[in-house]
Amino acid sequence: MAETFKVGIADLNVCSAPNMITTIGLGSCVGIAIRDPALRIGGLVHIMLPDSTQISGSSNLAKFADTGIEELVRLMERRGCSRWRMEAKIAGGAQMFAFRNKSELAGVGMRNVEASKSKLKALGIPLKAEDTGKDYGRTVVYYPENGNYEIRAVGKSIIII
Amino acid sequence: MVNITDQYYDVLREIGNIGAGNATTALSQMLNTRVDMAVPQVKLMEFKEVGTTMGGEEQLVAGIYLAVEGDITGSIMFIQKKESARNMVSKLMGMELQGDDFNELELSALKEIGNIITGAYLNSLSTLTNLCIYPSVPELCIDMAGAIMSVPAIEFGTIGDRILMIQTDFADDADMSGYFILMPDEVSYDKILKALGVG
Repeated sequence: MAETFKVGIADLNVCSAPNMITTIGLGSCVGIAIRDPALRIGGLVHIMLPDSTQISGSSNLAKFADTGIEELVRLMERRGCSRWRMEAKIAGGAQMFAFRNKSELAGVGMRNVEASKSKLKALGIPLKAEDTGKDYGRTVVYYPENGNYEIRAVGKSIIII
Repeated sequence: MVNITDQYYDVLREIGNIGAGNATTALSQMLNTRVDMAVPQVKLMEFKEVGTTMGGEEQLVAGIYLAVEGDITGSIMFIQKKESARNMVSKLMGMELQGDDFNELELSALKEIGNIITGAYLNSLSTLTNLCIYPSVPELCIDMAGAIMSVPAIEFGTIGDRILMIQTDFADDADMSGYFILMPDEVSYDKILKALGVG
Protein backbone atom coordinates (compact mmCIF):
# COMPACT_ATOMS: atom_id res chain seq x y z
CA MET A 1 0.00 0.00 0.00
CA ALA A 2 1.49 3.29 -1.09
CA GLU A 3 1.81 5.98 1.50
CA THR A 4 1.59 9.75 1.08
CA PHE A 5 4.27 11.77 2.82
CA LYS A 6 3.25 15.28 3.81
CA VAL A 7 5.43 18.34 3.60
CA GLY A 8 4.40 21.49 5.48
CA ILE A 9 5.33 25.09 4.81
CA ALA A 10 9.10 25.65 5.10
CA ASP A 11 9.53 21.90 5.31
CA LEU A 12 10.97 19.04 3.24
CA ASN A 13 10.87 15.29 2.99
CA VAL A 14 12.12 12.39 0.89
CA CYS A 15 10.36 9.15 -0.07
CA SER A 16 10.74 6.26 -2.48
CA ALA A 17 8.27 4.74 -4.96
CA PRO A 18 5.49 3.65 -4.83
CA ASN A 19 5.00 6.23 -2.08
CA MET A 20 4.23 9.80 -3.00
CA ILE A 21 4.89 13.14 -1.45
CA THR A 22 2.54 16.10 -1.17
CA THR A 23 2.32 19.68 -0.01
CA ILE A 24 -0.99 21.47 0.34
CA GLY A 25 -1.82 25.04 -0.53
CA LEU A 26 1.25 26.52 -2.18
CA GLY A 27 0.64 30.25 -2.55
CA SER A 28 3.61 32.49 -3.18
CA CYS A 29 5.77 29.66 -1.91
CA VAL A 30 7.38 27.25 -4.34
CA GLY A 31 7.35 23.46 -4.19
CA ILE A 32 10.51 22.01 -5.69
CA ALA A 33 10.30 18.30 -6.49
CA ILE A 34 13.47 16.37 -7.27
CA ARG A 35 13.95 12.70 -8.05
CA ASP A 36 16.54 10.18 -9.04
CA PRO A 37 14.76 8.20 -11.77
CA ALA A 38 17.08 5.23 -11.45
CA LEU A 39 16.42 4.68 -7.75
CA ARG A 40 12.90 6.12 -7.95
CA ILE A 41 13.55 8.15 -4.83
CA GLY A 42 12.05 11.61 -4.78
CA GLY A 43 11.87 14.59 -2.50
CA LEU A 44 9.92 17.78 -2.09
CA VAL A 45 10.82 21.07 -0.44
CA HIS A 46 8.28 23.83 0.23
CA ILE A 47 10.23 27.10 0.35
CA MET A 48 8.91 30.52 1.41
CA LEU A 49 11.65 32.98 0.60
CA PRO A 50 14.26 33.22 -2.13
CA ASP A 51 17.49 33.96 -0.32
CA SER A 52 18.81 32.90 3.08
CA THR A 53 21.67 35.41 2.93
CA GLN A 54 19.20 38.31 3.06
CA ILE A 55 17.79 37.23 6.39
CA SER A 56 19.54 36.61 9.65
CA GLY A 57 18.59 34.42 12.55
CA SER A 58 16.74 31.58 10.89
CA SER A 59 17.87 28.03 11.41
CA ASN A 60 15.24 26.45 9.20
CA LEU A 61 17.02 25.47 6.00
CA ALA A 62 13.78 24.50 4.23
CA LYS A 63 12.51 28.07 4.43
CA PHE A 64 14.73 29.38 1.64
CA ALA A 65 15.17 28.39 -1.99
CA ASP A 66 18.98 28.29 -1.81
CA THR A 67 19.44 26.34 1.43
CA GLY A 68 16.24 24.30 1.00
CA ILE A 69 17.21 22.82 -2.35
CA GLU A 70 20.75 22.18 -1.12
CA GLU A 71 19.46 20.35 1.94
CA LEU A 72 17.01 18.28 -0.09
CA VAL A 73 19.76 17.22 -2.49
CA ARG A 74 22.02 16.39 0.46
CA LEU A 75 19.35 14.18 2.06
CA MET A 76 18.72 12.42 -1.24
CA GLU A 77 22.44 11.83 -1.78
CA ARG A 78 22.59 10.34 1.69
CA ARG A 79 20.02 7.83 0.54
CA GLY A 80 22.21 6.89 -2.38
CA CYS A 81 20.81 9.19 -5.07
CA SER A 82 23.23 10.53 -7.62
CA ARG A 83 23.32 14.25 -8.39
CA TRP A 84 23.97 13.78 -12.10
CA ARG A 85 20.84 11.65 -12.51
CA MET A 86 18.57 14.05 -10.65
CA GLU A 87 15.77 15.95 -12.36
CA ALA A 88 13.43 18.61 -10.99
CA LYS A 89 9.97 20.09 -11.43
CA ILE A 90 8.63 23.17 -9.71
CA ALA A 91 5.20 24.64 -8.96
CA GLY A 92 3.83 27.65 -7.08
CA GLY A 93 5.12 31.19 -6.87
CA ALA A 94 1.68 32.75 -7.35
CA GLN A 95 0.79 36.32 -6.56
CA MET A 96 -2.23 35.86 -4.31
CA PHE A 97 -3.13 39.51 -3.90
CA ALA A 98 -2.97 42.21 -6.53
CA PHE A 99 -0.77 44.60 -4.57
CA ARG A 100 -0.72 47.90 -6.31
CA ASN A 101 1.77 49.77 -4.23
CA LYS A 102 3.95 47.25 -2.47
CA SER A 103 6.36 46.23 -5.15
CA GLU A 104 8.80 44.34 -2.93
CA LEU A 105 6.22 41.89 -1.65
CA ALA A 106 4.30 41.73 -4.88
CA GLY A 107 7.23 40.03 -6.51
CA VAL A 108 8.04 37.46 -3.86
CA GLY A 109 6.33 34.61 -5.75
CA MET A 110 8.27 35.37 -8.89
CA ARG A 111 11.50 35.85 -6.96
CA ASN A 112 10.97 32.48 -5.30
CA VAL A 113 10.61 30.89 -8.73
CA GLU A 114 13.72 32.61 -10.09
CA ALA A 115 15.80 31.71 -7.03
CA SER A 116 14.70 28.06 -7.26
CA LYS A 117 15.64 27.88 -10.92
CA SER A 118 19.04 29.42 -10.45
CA LYS A 119 19.83 27.14 -7.50
CA LEU A 120 18.89 24.07 -9.56
CA LYS A 121 21.03 25.33 -12.37
CA ALA A 122 23.97 25.91 -10.05
CA LEU A 123 23.65 22.33 -8.82
CA GLY A 124 23.40 21.04 -12.37
CA ILE A 125 19.91 19.59 -11.93
CA PRO A 126 17.75 19.98 -15.06
CA LEU A 127 14.30 21.55 -14.71
CA LYS A 128 11.90 19.23 -16.53
CA ALA A 129 8.69 21.20 -16.12
CA GLU A 130 7.04 24.01 -14.19
CA ASP A 131 3.66 25.43 -13.35
CA THR A 132 4.34 28.77 -11.74
CA GLY A 133 3.04 32.29 -11.30
CA LYS A 134 -0.60 33.35 -11.85
CA ASP A 135 -2.85 34.23 -8.94
CA TYR A 136 -4.13 31.06 -7.32
CA GLY A 137 -3.02 28.48 -4.79
CA ARG A 138 -1.86 24.99 -5.72
CA THR A 139 -1.82 21.62 -4.01
CA VAL A 140 0.80 19.29 -5.43
CA VAL A 141 1.53 15.56 -5.33
CA TYR A 142 4.84 14.18 -6.57
CA TYR A 143 5.31 10.58 -7.71
CA PRO A 144 8.95 9.43 -7.56
CA GLU A 145 7.78 6.36 -9.51
CA ASN A 146 7.44 8.21 -12.83
CA GLY A 147 8.20 11.83 -11.96
CA ASN A 148 4.62 12.96 -12.41
CA TYR A 149 3.85 16.19 -10.61
CA GLU A 150 0.12 16.53 -10.07
CA ILE A 151 -1.27 20.01 -9.50
CA ARG A 152 -4.69 20.85 -8.12
CA ALA A 153 -6.24 24.30 -7.74
CA VAL A 154 -9.62 25.55 -6.59
CA GLY A 155 -12.19 25.51 -9.39
CA LYS A 156 -9.71 24.09 -11.93
CA SER A 157 -9.14 20.64 -13.31
CA ILE A 158 -6.11 18.63 -12.17
CA ILE A 159 -3.05 18.98 -14.36
CA ILE A 160 0.01 16.76 -14.48
CA ILE A 161 3.37 18.13 -15.51
CA MET B 1 17.63 38.51 18.29
CA VAL B 2 15.47 36.20 20.40
CA ASN B 3 14.56 38.98 22.81
CA ILE B 4 13.72 41.44 20.09
CA THR B 5 11.42 38.92 18.49
CA ASP B 6 9.69 38.10 21.77
CA GLN B 7 9.13 41.74 22.54
CA TYR B 8 7.87 42.25 19.02
CA TYR B 9 5.27 39.53 19.41
CA ASP B 10 4.22 40.93 22.81
CA VAL B 11 3.56 44.33 21.30
CA LEU B 12 1.56 42.89 18.42
CA ARG B 13 -0.46 40.88 20.91
CA GLU B 14 -1.43 43.93 22.92
CA ILE B 15 -2.36 45.93 19.86
CA GLY B 16 -4.37 42.94 18.68
CA ASN B 17 -6.45 42.84 21.84
CA ILE B 18 -7.39 46.48 21.64
CA GLY B 19 -7.92 46.43 17.89
CA ALA B 20 -10.30 43.50 18.03
CA GLY B 21 -12.45 45.38 20.53
CA ASN B 22 -12.71 48.37 18.24
CA ALA B 23 -13.47 46.16 15.29
CA THR B 24 -16.39 44.63 17.16
CA THR B 25 -17.91 48.03 17.78
CA ALA B 26 -17.50 48.94 14.11
CA LEU B 27 -19.03 45.68 12.98
CA SER B 28 -21.96 46.14 15.31
CA GLN B 29 -22.63 49.62 13.89
CA MET B 30 -22.33 48.44 10.32
CA LEU B 31 -24.62 45.47 10.76
CA ASN B 32 -26.92 47.52 12.96
CA THR B 33 -27.13 44.71 15.42
CA ARG B 34 -25.58 43.77 18.69
CA VAL B 35 -22.35 41.88 18.17
CA ASP B 36 -20.65 40.21 21.08
CA MET B 37 -17.02 39.43 21.07
CA ALA B 38 -15.30 36.63 22.88
CA VAL B 39 -11.96 37.61 24.39
CA PRO B 40 -9.60 37.53 21.42
CA GLN B 41 -7.20 34.66 21.50
CA VAL B 42 -3.71 35.46 20.50
CA LYS B 43 -1.88 32.57 18.98
CA LEU B 44 1.77 32.44 18.21
CA MET B 45 2.18 29.59 15.81
CA GLU B 46 4.81 27.74 13.89
CA PHE B 47 4.28 28.08 10.16
CA LYS B 48 3.42 24.40 9.92
CA GLU B 49 0.44 24.73 12.27
CA VAL B 50 -1.13 27.63 10.45
CA GLY B 51 -3.16 25.66 7.96
CA THR B 52 -4.64 23.39 10.59
CA THR B 53 -5.87 26.37 12.56
CA MET B 54 -8.03 27.48 9.68
CA GLY B 55 -9.56 24.01 9.40
CA GLY B 56 -6.97 22.46 7.11
CA GLU B 57 -4.72 23.88 4.42
CA GLU B 58 -7.34 23.20 1.78
CA GLN B 59 -10.19 24.90 3.63
CA LEU B 60 -11.58 27.69 1.46
CA VAL B 61 -10.99 31.02 3.12
CA ALA B 62 -11.46 34.67 2.27
CA GLY B 63 -8.50 36.91 2.92
CA ILE B 64 -8.65 40.69 2.89
CA TYR B 65 -5.30 42.34 2.66
CA LEU B 66 -4.34 45.98 3.02
CA ALA B 67 -1.03 47.69 2.74
CA VAL B 68 -0.35 50.24 5.47
CA GLU B 69 1.41 53.52 4.84
CA GLY B 70 2.17 56.71 6.73
CA ASP B 71 4.42 56.88 9.79
CA ILE B 72 4.64 53.13 9.75
CA THR B 73 4.54 50.71 6.85
CA GLY B 74 3.51 47.11 6.63
CA SER B 75 0.29 45.28 6.04
CA ILE B 76 -2.74 43.87 7.77
CA MET B 77 -4.88 40.88 6.91
CA PHE B 78 -8.28 39.72 8.02
CA ILE B 79 -8.88 36.10 7.17
CA GLN B 80 -11.96 33.99 7.72
CA LYS B 81 -13.45 30.74 6.54
CA LYS B 82 -15.56 31.15 3.44
CA GLU B 83 -18.65 30.18 5.44
CA SER B 84 -18.02 32.91 8.02
CA ALA B 85 -17.51 35.41 5.24
CA ARG B 86 -20.80 34.36 3.67
CA ASN B 87 -22.58 34.77 7.00
CA MET B 88 -21.24 38.28 7.39
CA VAL B 89 -22.16 39.31 3.85
CA SER B 90 -25.62 37.85 4.21
CA LYS B 91 -26.06 39.80 7.45
CA LEU B 92 -24.90 43.03 5.86
CA MET B 93 -27.12 42.65 2.82
CA GLY B 94 -30.08 41.46 4.86
CA MET B 95 -30.73 38.37 2.78
CA GLU B 96 -29.67 34.80 2.25
CA LEU B 97 -26.95 34.30 -0.35
CA GLN B 98 -27.72 32.15 -3.36
CA GLY B 99 -25.37 29.48 -4.65
CA ASP B 100 -21.92 28.65 -3.36
CA ASP B 101 -19.87 31.50 -4.68
CA PHE B 102 -19.96 35.23 -4.19
CA ASN B 103 -21.37 37.42 -6.95
CA GLU B 104 -19.83 40.77 -7.72
CA LEU B 105 -22.03 42.71 -5.34
CA GLU B 106 -21.35 40.26 -2.53
CA LEU B 107 -17.61 40.42 -3.17
CA SER B 108 -17.71 44.15 -2.94
CA ALA B 109 -19.71 43.90 0.31
CA LEU B 110 -17.09 41.52 1.66
CA LYS B 111 -14.31 43.97 0.79
CA GLU B 112 -16.22 46.68 2.60
CA ILE B 113 -16.57 44.54 5.70
CA GLY B 114 -12.85 43.87 5.62
CA ASN B 115 -12.18 47.53 5.14
CA ILE B 116 -14.22 48.54 8.16
CA ILE B 117 -12.92 45.81 10.44
CA THR B 118 -9.27 46.36 9.58
CA GLY B 119 -9.82 50.12 9.66
CA ALA B 120 -11.10 49.91 13.23
CA TYR B 121 -8.12 47.80 14.09
CA LEU B 122 -5.65 50.26 12.60
CA ASN B 123 -7.43 53.12 14.34
CA SER B 124 -6.66 51.64 17.71
CA LEU B 125 -3.05 51.20 16.71
CA SER B 126 -2.92 54.80 15.55
CA THR B 127 -4.55 56.13 18.72
CA LEU B 128 -2.32 54.04 20.93
CA THR B 129 0.87 55.16 19.27
CA ASN B 130 -0.04 58.64 18.02
CA LEU B 131 1.28 57.64 14.64
CA CYS B 132 -0.41 58.39 11.33
CA ILE B 133 -1.48 55.20 9.59
CA TYR B 134 -3.17 55.06 6.21
CA PRO B 135 -4.57 51.83 4.87
CA SER B 136 -4.59 51.13 1.13
CA VAL B 137 -7.56 49.91 -0.87
CA PRO B 138 -8.34 46.35 0.29
CA GLU B 139 -7.46 43.38 -1.89
CA LEU B 140 -9.58 40.29 -1.64
CA CYS B 141 -8.65 36.72 -2.39
CA ILE B 142 -10.64 33.53 -1.92
CA ASP B 143 -8.55 30.38 -2.10
CA MET B 144 -7.06 27.53 -0.07
CA ALA B 145 -6.06 28.52 3.47
CA GLY B 146 -2.49 27.36 2.94
CA ALA B 147 -2.05 29.52 -0.14
CA ILE B 148 -3.52 32.64 1.41
CA MET B 149 -1.65 32.17 4.67
CA SER B 150 1.59 31.93 2.74
CA VAL B 151 1.40 35.68 2.21
CA PRO B 152 1.60 36.73 5.89
CA ALA B 153 3.84 33.73 6.63
CA ILE B 154 6.36 35.07 4.14
CA GLU B 155 6.23 38.51 5.75
CA PHE B 156 6.77 37.05 9.20
CA GLY B 157 9.35 34.76 7.64
CA THR B 158 11.71 37.68 7.23
CA ILE B 159 11.87 38.19 11.02
CA GLY B 160 11.28 34.78 12.55
CA ASP B 161 9.81 31.34 12.29
CA ARG B 162 6.48 32.02 13.89
CA ILE B 163 3.36 33.93 12.98
CA LEU B 164 1.08 35.84 15.32
CA MET B 165 -2.64 35.47 14.72
CA ILE B 166 -5.41 37.10 16.69
CA GLN B 167 -8.52 35.00 16.68
CA THR B 168 -11.67 37.04 16.98
CA ASP B 169 -15.08 35.50 17.47
CA PHE B 170 -17.78 37.95 16.58
CA ALA B 171 -20.53 36.07 18.28
CA ASP B 172 -23.97 35.97 16.78
CA ASP B 173 -26.33 33.16 15.88
CA ALA B 174 -24.11 32.43 12.88
CA ASP B 175 -20.35 31.90 12.78
CA MET B 176 -18.60 35.15 11.96
CA SER B 177 -15.20 34.44 13.38
CA GLY B 178 -11.95 35.41 11.78
CA TYR B 179 -8.29 36.14 12.35
CA PHE B 180 -6.33 39.36 12.28
CA ILE B 181 -2.75 39.33 11.26
CA LEU B 182 -0.82 42.55 11.67
CA MET B 183 2.54 42.79 9.96
CA PRO B 184 4.48 45.98 10.49
CA ASP B 185 7.85 45.85 8.77
CA GLU B 186 11.03 45.87 10.82
CA VAL B 187 11.62 49.63 10.74
CA SER B 188 8.04 50.33 11.72
CA TYR B 189 8.26 47.93 14.58
CA ASP B 190 10.94 50.12 16.17
CA LYS B 191 8.73 53.16 15.67
CA ILE B 192 5.79 51.41 17.32
CA LEU B 193 7.92 50.41 20.30
CA LYS B 194 9.27 53.94 20.67
CA ALA B 195 5.81 55.44 20.40
CA LEU B 196 4.62 53.11 23.14
CA GLY B 197 7.59 54.09 25.27
CA VAL B 198 9.18 50.67 25.39
CA GLY B 199 11.76 51.13 22.63
